[in-house]
Amino acid sequence: MSNVPSELKFLSSHEWLSVDGDIATIGVSDHAQELLGDLVFVELPEEGSTVLIGDTVAVIESVKAASDTYAPISGEVVEVNSELEDSPEKINDDPYGDGWMYKVKIDDPSEVADMLDASAYAEIIAEEE
Amino acid sequence: MSKKTPFYQSHLDASAKMVDFAGWDMPIHYGSQITEHDIIRTDAGMFDVSHMTVVDVSGADSGAYLRHLLANDIAKLKQHGKALYSCMLNTEGGVVDDLIVYFLGDQFYRVIINSATRDKDLAWLKRQADDFSDVGLTVRDDVAMIAVQGPTAREKTLSLFESNRSELESVGRFEAATIGDYFIARTGYTGEDGFEILMPLDQAVGFWQQLLKAGVKPCGLGARDTLRLEAGMSLYGTDMDESTSPLCSGLGWTLSISDDRHFIGKSALLAEKEQGVKQQLVGIVLKDKGVLRNHLKVVTVKGEGEITSGSYSPTLGKSIALARIPVGVTGEVDVEVRNKMLKAEIVKIPFARNGKSCI
Repeated sequence: MSNVPSELKFLSSHEWLSVDGDIATIGVSDHAQELLGDLVFVELPEEGSTVLIGDTVAVIESVKAASDTYAPISGEVVEVNSELEDSPEKINDDPYGDGWMYKVKIDDPSEVADMLDASAYAEIIAEEE
Repeated sequence: MSKKTPFYQSHLDASAKMVDFAGWDMPIHYGSQITEHDIIRTDAGMFDVSHMTVVDVSGADSGAYLRHLLANDIAKLKQHGKALYSCMLNTEGGVVDDLIVYFLGDQFYRVIINSATRDKDLAWLKRQADDFSDVGLTVRDDVAMIAVQGPTAREKTLSLFESNRSELESVGRFEAATIGDYFIARTGYTGEDGFEILMPLDQAVGFWQQLLKAGVKPCGLGARDTLRLEAGMSLYGTDMDESTSPLCSGLGWTLSISDDRHFIGKSALLAEKEQGVKQQLVGIVLKDKGVLRNHLKVVTVKGEGEITSGSYSPTLGKSIALARIPVGVTGEVDVEVRNKMLKAEIVKIPFARNGKSCI
């Protein structure tokens, strides 16, 4: 059974988001990294670029496949986790910690509110598992 | 309902992630595909390959039948136990399947074919046998198969056959021995030393457990694919199929074409040679960051090609691929990945073998 921290928000496509002031940190869930297997490459958005909710903004590649990940909210990318470039396995080892992917300045807090809470996300992945 | 090998419960007990593979419920990994890959390159691991199809060929015409059926020549097999890799072609020179044939006795051969091609292969084998008066085909669904591979695989397997140790030790590469109910071949699909072992179904789980106790780790089909790719070994259905000939699939070395033997597909191969082979299968290593994938477009100075098998190489720490591109191209090529052109370099295969990078 995958880990689903209660303080995070989720998309059904397995991205997570945490909020600190007006900055959101985004990554992929424990369930997603389990499905993908060993990650070997991560393509992140550019710092300073603007992402729109629903855009494909990052690609994570495991040995077996490439998977798109989507922006859960709109805003400017203020920081990316450049350590993933050489150590994509951090996403496998610590998806909610060292495996974070990028940070976005929140434009519209209602987009965060519209995301799934942990219990709703846990129900979705329980159906998949 | 998918088919299950006798090791199904053993896989679950080892925390396998199971996937459908050609109608079989098979382990893709037991936690980490990369760890399993490294185990085979550095120690010893085992694969359940019981989904593969084993066919015994017997009868007075068995030799003549296989010389007609196969693009490589079983007449090269002089001693009992010797093995030969070959393609089986259609009349257009396309590959129906690739296989290993073992010469086990006078008028007795064993052929191991792929699982995904089982039905069409068996139909093809039977149809061609109709032209011979004495060929018997026996599908051996009464056996299970384990591939034990890695630098310590031989020693760990030998430890389970103490009373026949010297006999097994003398089995050379691409040879097989029969010990009691076990058929033990020094072959594989990883670029490492080891054995592929057939055993009766009712002894399969016990033997698996003995291998576990000897320190052999279960490895999934995911690692099997990256290992065979690093070793530069073709996968049927992706690197070659019925629409591609061995000549444009890097398999020219498996053809025995220069004497007067007739075999199915030979005239098409000779015509292709006469007209000039247009494409080649090459190994490429990605120089930029990213991962090469099957079917990505390759752009060369002589025209476009396509990646047939692409993945990440744990041994090289880079992405590698087999690609079918125009003949004569060497040096650098571009690969289109998500609308970007990435630089890759053509290299001599294998990429890695016997635990080491060859690049």
